[in-house]
Amino acid sequence: MAAPSYVTLGERMSAQPGRILNAVMRSQPYRSSHGLLRRAGVTGRGIVIAIPWLWLLLFFLIPFVIVLKISFSETQLAVPPYMPVLDWVDHQYLQVRLNMGNFLFLMKDPLYLDAFLSSLKVASLSTVLCLLIGYPMAYGIARSNTSWRHILLLLVILPFWTSFLVRVYAWMGLLRNNGVINNMLMSLGVIHEPIVMLQTDFAMYIGIVYSYLPFMILPLYSNLEKHDQTLIEAAVDLGSRPFRAFLQVTLPLSIPGVIAGALLVFIPAVGEFVIPRLLGGTDSLMIGRVLWDEFFLNRDWPVASAVAFCLLIILVLPIMVFQRYQMQEAGGGSKR
Amino acid sequence: MAPTAATAAPKREPWKDREAAPYIRIDQVTKKFGAKGDEGFVAVNHVSLDIYRGEIFCLLGGSGCGKTTLLRMLAGFEEPTAGRVFIDGVDMAGVPPYERPVNMMFQSYALFPHMTVEQNVVFGLKQEGVPRTERALRVAEMLSIVKLNGYEKRKPHQLSGGQRQRVALARSLIKKPKLLLLDEPLGALDKKLREHTQFELVSIQEQLGVTFVVVTHDQEEAMTLASRIGVMNQGSIVQVGTPREIYEFPGTRFVADFIGNVNLFEGRIVEDEPDHVTIESPELSAPIYVSHGVSAPPDAVVWTAVRPEKMQLSRELPEGQYNRVSGTIREIAYMGDMSIYLVQLESGKTVRVTQPNIFRHADERLTRDEPVWVSWHESSAVVVTQ
Repeated sequence: MAAPSYVTLGERMSAQPGRILNAVMRSQPYRSSHGLLRRAGVTGRGIVIAIPWLWLLLFFLIPFVIVLKISFSETQLAVPPYMPVLDWVDHQYLQVRLNMGNFLFLMKDPLYLDAFLSSLKVASLSTVLCLLIGYPMAYGIARSNTSWRHILLLLVILPFWTSFLVRVYAWMGLLRNNGVINNMLMSLGVIHEPIVMLQTDFAMYIGIVYSYLPFMILPLYSNLEKHDQTLIEAAVDLGSRPFRAFLQVTLPLSIPGVIAGALLVFIPAVGEFVIPRLLGGTDSLMIGRVLWDEFFLNRDWPVASAVAFCLLIILVLPIMVFQRYQMQEAGGGSKR
Repeated sequence: MAPTAATAAPKREPWKDREAAPYIRIDQVTKKFGAKGDEGFVAVNHVSLDIYRGEIFCLLGGSGCGKTTLLRMLAGFEEPTAGRVFIDGVDMAGVPPYERPVNMMFQSYALFPHMTVEQNVVFGLKQEGVPRTERALRVAEMLSIVKLNGYEKRKPHQLSGGQRQRVALARSLIKKPKLLLLDEPLGALDKKLREHTQFELVSIQEQLGVTFVVVTHDQEEAMTLASRIGVMNQGSIVQVGTPREIYEFPGTRFVADFIGNVNLFEGRIVEDEPDHVTIESPELSAPIYVSHGVSAPPDAVVWTAVRPEKMQLSRELPEGQYNRVSGTIREIAYMGDMSIYLVQLESGKTVRVTQPNIFRHADERLTRDEPVWVSWHESSAVVVTQ
């Protein structure tokens, strides 16, 4: 028995778009234009890559160029509070005024150099602390049984589920004179006056190390987890005690992970400003804070932009090293 | 000192000397994994072995038979649940691997990827605190033994499989251990290289006088390398003997079947004399005559094992009234130097016969579906009772 007429009509209609599409794709105008586009580099794959590329162009490269432009300008009481760099004069001259004064000012005023060096010092020390604390943790997780491993990794990542700012405030609550730690120690009779912990370098380091620790642990774990355990057995069999085997075999092979983790901590830590502001004292000078103050308190956009540009230049070298190690890790892998 | 093909084993046979003390003694060693009591998995079950100095002893068995666990207990990576291990008279209980006079060559070679060949080989000497000048000498000596001079500065990833193996060997021998353990040493090599390396290994062993214990699942490897083989099955040693003894005088069906290929005929002893037995088998049309005595209770079920190369194929009826059966050739596998024939007997059983390809031209050779007589000499069969 034949199918009802509405069913066959439906089938015919649903087959139509397919047939039409086929007909279009087989037609000459489509084929020649498709070929043209492909030769010009516009392929499906090209379009997919173009999307993140355009995003980065729009939201990273262009803002960066704007900041660079502002750094070559001068302050003035206007909106925006800087003088134009490019000017159209007399309806025919394009005037370009590059004010190098901001950069000269940065080089002369010791405050900025001190701030840069202090930031580098704090970031380096934080990186070392993260390494000392994070390496044993990453090693422990990598050597644990599979059932424990997932739980441990989850515990490492769990803090990210809460807001970063809230965690920093939590530390304030812990370290205050009237905070949890001091109250507990006083009630136990260990101390009689609260230990001043907040608004010090000590608190700032705690905050930075605490916040950046997962960034050290995860790349280290990823590297250590891939190590071939028979290498350790071979070393032990050849007369090396377990700790020496660790130093001679595991440690050298984990260097790429150490570098990846170190850079992932160091690079953002240099520009860190929330933690120094909230937990650090007035004398813990970090470049991020200087930049913020320059921009918002002094309303000196050109100098602030110059500081930002210099910060980026300082970080270019570590970023390039990081890139190189990332590519080595992805392409290499001579561990197995 | 190049070995001849016939003497892969050392000429003396210390296990036959009643005065000789074993160099390695494994005494009732058991290893259980998992829960205590009866619930754990028994990997090694009350194994006892005596290995003599200068031997190449092969532990041969399939996957899961416990040979690797036994090896690891010799190395010190596992402690026996019960039993003791003695090396040169010293009880190894509680002795960690880095304190044992034992070195191991791993199946995957386990070369340190971040070190050069030289650094890999010298690693063991550095742990001992050997002075630098002596280290350099010994490394050079070792590299020339394994024929890798000139490769000192290379890293493992720049070497071929065979070269990596030689580095692993050099690294494990440089400390002149009392015992060298080899875990599937030839598994990763291709056939030609494997043959070449087999002879090289024996040569190096004879040169240095180190006792080897090799673990393998490859019988060919075992037969070529070993002075004695210990066949393992499910955690126990099933038979120990020289390659010839294991092959020609298997003690059980398992050993007969595991080593090489064998045709087994189940049957009952009909005539039991000290110098011969006659066996009736429902799988064969004529009785089997074996020219050696068998110790078995009367009317016991026994198996007669005849190796494929010991069987003859002929178009004409063979002489005598024993040890012959007719069948049809079902499959022929041409291997170049010999051919494997699968012959289906009247009883339905298939036997495997190998014949050297004596004739080059096709006319004389047997073909498929041809009726043929299979026969063997009265001394060619072995009777096993289990």
